[in-house]
Amino acid sequence: MLAWLCRMRQHYLALNNLLLNNILKTLRCLIVGLEVCMAASHKPPLGSLALIAIVIGLGAAIFAYTAGWFSPQRLTPDRLVAAFAPPTGVALGHRRNHAKGICFTGVFEANGAGSELSQARVFARGQYPVVGRFNLGTADADAPDATVRVRGLGIQISTPDGQQWRSAMINAPVFAVSTPQAFYELLRASHSKDPDAMKAFAAAHPEFAKFGDWAKNGPWTGSYAEERYNSLNSFVFVDGSGAKHAVRWSLLPVAQLVAVSADELAKRGPDFLEQEITQRVASEPQRWTMVVTVANPGDPTADPTVAWPADRRSIEIGALTAQQVQAERDGPCRDINFDPTVLPSGMRTSDDPFPAARSSVYAKSYDLRTAEAKDYPRSVTGAKP
Amino acid sequence: MTSRHERFTGWQRLLHWVMAACILAMLFIGVGMVSTVKPLYLTLVSIHKPLGIAILVLAVVRLALRLRYGAPSLPADLPEPMKLAAEGSHYALYALMIGMPLIGWGMLSAAAYPVVLFRGWHLPAILRQSDSLHTLLWDAHFYLAFVFFALILLHVAAALFHALVRRDGVFETMASVFTGGEVAPAE
Repeated sequence: MLAWLCRMRQHYLALNNLLLNNILKTLRCLIVGLEVCMAASHKPPLGSLALIAIVIGLGAAIFAYTAGWFSPQRLTPDRLVAAFAPPTGVALGHRRNHAKGICFTGVFEANGAGSELSQARVFARGQYPVVGRFNLGTADADAPDATVRVRGLGIQISTPDGQQWRSAMINAPVFAVSTPQAFYELLRASHSKDPDAMKAFAAAHPEFAKFGDWAKNGPWTGSYAEERYNSLNSFVFVDGSGAKHAVRWSLLPVAQLVAVSADELAKRGPDFLEQEITQRVASEPQRWTMVVTVANPGDPTADPTVAWPADRRSIEIGALTAQQVQAERDGPCRDINFDPTVLPSGMRTSDDPFPAARSSVYAKSYDLRTAEAKDYPRSVTGAKP
Repeated sequence: MTSRHERFTGWQRLLHWVMAACILAMLFIGVGMVSTVKPLYLTLVSIHKPLGIAILVLAVVRLALRLRYGAPSLPADLPEPMKLAAEGSHYALYALMIGMPLIGWGMLSAAAYPVVLFRGWHLPAILRQSDSLHTLLWDAHFYLAFVFFALILLHVAAALFHALVRRDGVFETMASVFTGGEVAPAE
């Protein structure tokens, strides 16, 4: 055995030397060729220098290509973030979308039923601390509350094993578009000066109609506490046996939904939602039931504009309670990026292209706004950053 | 092949070439991941973090080997500015190999992101959450990546210059990963 190994090593060394010599020979042949081409056969060795320049230039070019410097059409996080900018200018120091919001802290109480679908610690029966944020789907941090159709909820649930589950949900029952590229086009159309841009977009994207119908005809409420918040994106839960389940989840309000017309809401103050939720939680913690919906084989998991049929299996896995509300300026949610791909083990992203796009764009937004903290100063000196 | 030099030890050569592959991959993954919103983004990020920590560990081992075994001396006839450039750039490369992963780790910590290496395996935060620290470290990580790549290009250019133009044996002190013996004369 040892002798065989030694023999193999000899072969290997011989091969290695052969290869190295051949590579050097080839390089030198190349150089000789270059030298002849450049009619510079004597010193300085222009051929060698040219070869070195080519290697370095090529390396730099491939690097630049990878970085997207030659690809103005590539949809980058920078371009997508820039497309959110409202005509009034970006809200410096704030999230680039869902810019207006208010923090809360609370608890997620798992009832243990989720363990059937995922081995994540957060589904084991128990109580886990939550940092969350009620927010409005607008890039304008000063938008009057009644003017924004989409309301959202971001949560970060921490478990004792040091893992986190972050999720950012909205009240729409389906998402507006099927792909990040289409979302980019939607942003461009909505900010376009061309009065027909949105019509043209809707015509090119029939899947937008369902979202449009909800925006137009769905009920408005007077409280963050009365909204249902949906993940919309699908994810994959992995159970203890390693089996995978495609899922979406929702937070269903325990509070009674009271429909209020948009006209009625417009008469309220610009921050009525924030004032209402602050008072409401102060008088009584507000609760939502978390429900996980499991896809049947063949259900579309990559397209958040398509709701799964209503008869799909739903499991109530616990409840979220908001116990305290804090202004965002000094609040605990301020510097948290509610990146939907921060998942504990036992949860993964699916073939839905949005969580990856959201993650890349949220990170860019986070990098920008944390660098602009002076434009959104904390009010308390020595406040925990 | 005019002069004979001692070579780096086998472990040093092995580490050099393994790390060369890792660091190049790391830099390309880095600039690639921040320029796409496709699902590939998540794949690249999930490689970037553990690979960065792997490079940190390897770099510390490599520094220890370098301190223990040193490096072959440069040719005596190498002009003084080139010697200075060689030594200076090697210090800078070591600083970056160790500094970049630490800066990245600190940057994630300052942003309160969990530093996930593999499913369920994560590192502790090494800094408190801070928007100003995050910005400082993010800028450092971003700009130093380009400095790092530029230094590597310079390093490659110098290596090829030694191998092809000067033919002074410096390239061979690091070339050929596994051979224990002499490199056969090329001509």
